[in-house]
Amino acid sequence: MANRVAIVGSGQTHHRTRRLDVNGVELIYEATQRALEDTGLTMKDIDGVIIGNMDHFEGINYVDCWSIDGSGGWGKPTLKLTTGGTTGSTLAIAGYHMVASGLFDRLLVIGWEKNSESDTTAAITTAFDPVWDRSVFAGAISGLAVEASVYMHTYGATERDAARVTVRDRRHACLNPFAHLRKEVTLEEVLSSPPLADPLKLLDMCPRTDGACAVIFASEGVAERICPRPAWILGTANRHLYTYLGDADYVGLKSLRHASRELYEKVGIREPLKEIDVMELYLPYSFAGLSWIEELGLCPPGEGPRLLWDGVTDLGGELPINPSGGVISCNPIGATGLIRCAEAALQVMGKAGERQVPDVHVALSSGFGGCWWSDLVMVGSTKPA
Amino acid sequence: MTQTSEPERLVMHSGDAQQPFRYAVGRYGSRFFMALRDEKRLLGIRCPRCRKVYVPPRQVCGPCFERMEELVEVASTGTLVAYTILRFSFLDPETGKQKPVPYGYGFIQLDGSDNAFQHFIEIRDEARIHIGARMRAVFRDTRRGTLGDIRHFEVLA
Repeated sequence: MANRVAIVGSGQTHHRTRRLDVNGVELIYEATQRALEDTGLTMKDIDGVIIGNMDHFEGINYVDCWSIDGSGGWGKPTLKLTTGGTTGSTLAIAGYHMVASGLFDRLLVIGWEKNSESDTTAAITTAFDPVWDRSVFAGAISGLAVEASVYMHTYGATERDAARVTVRDRRHACLNPFAHLRKEVTLEEVLSSPPLADPLKLLDMCPRTDGACAVIFASEGVAERICPRPAWILGTANRHLYTYLGDADYVGLKSLRHASRELYEKVGIREPLKEIDVMELYLPYSFAGLSWIEELGLCPPGEGPRLLWDGVTDLGGELPINPSGGVISCNPIGATGLIRCAEAALQVMGKAGERQVPDVHVALSSGFGGCWWSDLVMVGSTKPA
Repeated sequence: MTQTSEPERLVMHSGDAQQPFRYAVGRYGSRFFMALRDEKRLLGIRCPRCRKVYVPPRQVCGPCFERMEELVEVASTGTLVAYTILRFSFLDPETGKQKPVPYGYGFIQLDGSDNAFQHFIEIRDEARIHIGARMRAVFRDTRRGTLGDIRHFEVLA
């Protein structure tokens, strides 16, 4: 069976539209240094490094080697991992696996992206089959627009319902010094923003961001000596359900539904709305905040809007979602999923500053790959049995 | 490194070099494209275990992880199960140019198949397009054995 693993600290850059003052290696170094400072460790204490971004955004395909000067991986086992939007969350899952194996005691996990260096939609489009899907598909925005139109058709949800998600995440971001966009928006501003692909408008979507995040995972026995309140990994899950886009089922994000069922069963969660204290979800666009919380079992299908309008998912509500401001406020793609995990860990550790939710024992973070694959990582204050 | 003033922030352009690829379509894809090119017929394939019919045909049914051999003709008409109309222009990696917008794109479940087929949809009259609309493939007169042999799907009168 697996050994127990905890997150003992993290660091992230102050995420921005363009970090022209640093190249990618220097950006990675910033996050790495901050994680080491957070934990009081030095690079000598680190046994190994895993690092990832979405290769195509920067067009550099051997980040494990190329990033060595910034990652600290010189002379250590250093592996690369790249899975599109889920890169950051898959990095967290892999970090957990590697330390749980017993082969590593202190592992540095780094996710990063300089989205400013290329055309995001063009790069994302290359994730899809070149013969069957790419000529028609228009990156993540088109896929998400398709999902949104099916959700509206199936349940009668409105663009206004979706806009409430953007309003929430953008308001929460004002409390997060690292978030990219730190200015509230109103429902009307979302609804009147420029159209992208029906029914999505500019403010329904996440931004493109330059940023990096580093998280340190440690094994049982070692973690407790590094910090007083580690965030223990309670469980993880990952799902892919198709090769070709036409095979995906557009009524609900099935990969997230399957992954959450597996995770809840592993961890022993029966009523996620009651038993989970905070969620950091990879919601790349507004409608996801309605539909995907249904897939996570927080409410029956079609009732997501009710949770939004009742304030259940706001800070101060029964289950705050994205106190960090989430992806709609900040999206350095290769880092984004790892930032969700780092933020969930900060909540458990009581280190989330102004965005801290009181009394957090169990926190869930998710990753999303556009389109349609999902990761989950659950962390808690109590070491698992 | 000491400096007395803000350093210049240089950005280097990669240039406009192309990176071409020549993808093998495979036996199943080749059968599909040849039937489309030569006969304006659309082929799917049936899984022997779950009995689902997939368009385009492919070697393995993913959920069953079962080899498939039984090619099945499907109709060139179907039902629109999902769609959007793109209104923002972006750099098309296929052409190196900005994509002309607006354009419609959707998933059509062809009659006789169990999954959806992704293609352009004709959007001259946006009011006629809705989930559940009956659609038909519009073939080009000159076909080369690519998805472009279908110009788009249009709403059936």
